[in-house]
Amino acid sequence: MAPPHHPKLGVFKFASCDGCQLTLLDCEDDLLAVTDRVEIADFREASSWVLQGPYDLSLVEGSVTTPSDLERVAEIRSQSKVLVTIGACATAGGIQALRNFGDVDEFRRVVYAHPEFIKTLATSTPIRDHVPVDFELRGCPIDKGQLIEVISAYLGGRSPNVPTESVCIECKRRGQVCVVVAHGTPCLGPVTQSGCGAICPGFHRGCYGCFGPQDTPNTISMVRKLSELGMDPPAVTRIFRTFNAMAPAFRAAGDAAEKERAR
Amino acid sequence: MSERTIKVDYLARVEGEGSLHVRIHDRTVEEVELRIFEPPRFFEAFLRGRDYAEAPDITARICGICPVAYQMSSCHAIERALGIRVDGTLRDLRRLLYCGEWIESHALHIYLLHAPDFLGYPDAIRLAKDHPDAVKRGLALKKTGNAIMRVLGGREIHPINVRVGGFYRCPSREEVDDLRADVEKALLLAEETVRFVAEFTFPAVEEDYEFVALRHPDEYPLNEGRIESSVGLSIDPAEFDGTFEEVHVAHSNALHSVRKGAGSYLVGPMARYALNHDRLTPRAAKVAREVGLEPVVRNPFRSVLVRAVETVFACEEALRIMDRYRMPERSWVEPPPIDHPTHGAAATEAPRGLLYHAYDLDPQGHIASARIVAPTSQNQKRIEDDVRHLVGRSLDLETPDLTFACERAIRNHDPCISCATHFLTLDLVRE
Repeated sequence: MAPPHHPKLGVFKFASCDGCQLTLLDCEDDLLAVTDRVEIADFREASSWVLQGPYDLSLVEGSVTTPSDLERVAEIRSQSKVLVTIGACATAGGIQALRNFGDVDEFRRVVYAHPEFIKTLATSTPIRDHVPVDFELRGCPIDKGQLIEVISAYLGGRSPNVPTESVCIECKRRGQVCVVVAHGTPCLGPVTQSGCGAICPGFHRGCYGCFGPQDTPNTISMVRKLSELGMDPPAVTRIFRTFNAMAPAFRAAGDAAEKERAR
Repeated sequence: MSERTIKVDYLARVEGEGSLHVRIHDRTVEEVELRIFEPPRFFEAFLRGRDYAEAPDITARICGICPVAYQMSSCHAIERALGIRVDGTLRDLRRLLYCGEWIESHALHIYLLHAPDFLGYPDAIRLAKDHPDAVKRGLALKKTGNAIMRVLGGREIHPINVRVGGFYRCPSREEVDDLRADVEKALLLAEETVRFVAEFTFPAVEEDYEFVALRHPDEYPLNEGRIESSVGLSIDPAEFDGTFEEVHVAHSNALHSVRKGAGSYLVGPMARYALNHDRLTPRAAKVAREVGLEPVVRNPFRSVLVRAVETVFACEEALRIMDRYRMPERSWVEPPPIDHPTHGAAATEAPRGLLYHAYDLDPQGHIASARIVAPTSQNQKRIEDDVRHLVGRSLDLETPDLTFACERAIRNHDPCISCATHFLTLDLVRE
């Protein structure tokens, strides 16, 4: 379906670090080109000009963590023709989903002198758990090039070309030395979706999974390999329970390593 | 007795979510509350049990605008706990990375968030239609800051190359040299920025701030120094907890910091400049003199000028470090094994001001407790004071104008609500 001539863009935030919406402002060379093609209708971080919905394209950052988020996400969906979630918080609950494995009341007491002042849900959940989502862009943070691709694809009336292959494929394409093979460094590259540019291996460190699981991850084999490389089960659980802890494949892997520890 | 209620649901052009509530009764400002409704994310709670090596990557996620600040404060605090020091070239590289973040963050605030207030536009995109050269200058500066972060950190948001003890891989001399032409150009753009913002019209306001910032014997502060204040305080960062305290107030998801026995204080560019203007690099000092910037700036609207001068500093400092860079033999200092509980605290200068981190580590190297005090939570109470004074002086303004003036007073301090939550609807009640 061809988009309108000058579509209205909304950028909305839930619990997050603001980094993914900043990625749009970080498109320095392309920012003014993009804003020539769309009308910024609601982007509070960048503009005090707010136009009422409906919005043709909405970019949603952050995860659902408060009672009022539940109402707001439904309202944004009802006002959005196309809704794209951006980043690990919006697509997998983000780092703040670590509360899902703990006791949020205890968390509240640890951080705040008056926990009763703080209104929060027991869990941090991705947007698609609450409303239908048209496309999910991964990453903690998202990649600038992929964000421009998603917006360009929308303007061109086509599907975004965002590969779901592993970081390993991207790493090989860049001609980098494998950190596992060459240095025995634990690396989540085989089970993690590409898009970042395989930057961690490029800096001689293992991938830590910030783009979440690739489309066919063999996490069982990955857990075994990580132990062979010297990570103890708690460390394996932790590496899966970081920025995409609630992504189903990573969640299962973290749980499996935890059971290993219990045995 | 007149009674009026004004409500704006969400303050724009700041990072994160918050609102402002002002109550006026009989021409007296009764109540000013900066309400931070950015949802809490509980970093200090879920850091417990994580390996200390994970802290730089995890705490970076507190803020997408200043992730390097979180990485730096966490590394320094943990290094103090482990008893290691990172010196020489590795220390220089940390400063270079931090310069990248300062340039990026200051250019973002000056051009994309703050300039529209002075020039009468709702945002930089609409500003760009009439002043394309200015906005393009800002974007070019921002891009160079990001380029420095990409070379040193792998990417601009949540860099991946920072570790306790140093870096995973130091850049080659060639990678650093490739940045040189852009940073030289950025230095010129930063000087143009100072002259550009110096032409803005600044409301005549003076506030009596207690400024708090790091002070270092021979550098404009980034990573290290003593915590000093404009009223004579001088402490090691380890003494932060004994000197400052956080108070939890009902209207905010952020904790308010106050100096014990004193009250509100201000961190950030105005504080750094007031305490360290004698440590500026030559061209930053020269352009500050050229535009008549007073050595201590007490007009919060002029903070934009201080940010511009600091951007010149960051470009000069980056060039100085790049000039003498030789790739070190080792990319990091290997931390010693730990076998006993230990504690470390440190503060560094985030673009928005002092960022304090403290960690208790257990004998396995896991985090037993973490404490993080962000610049905006330290400034929150002081921003409320600015708004209280502004409203008191401006009671005859029509409501929409007064509302806009309050928003501007808040944006002067570049608050980062994402950081402070542990932001802004304007809710003005006149009785």
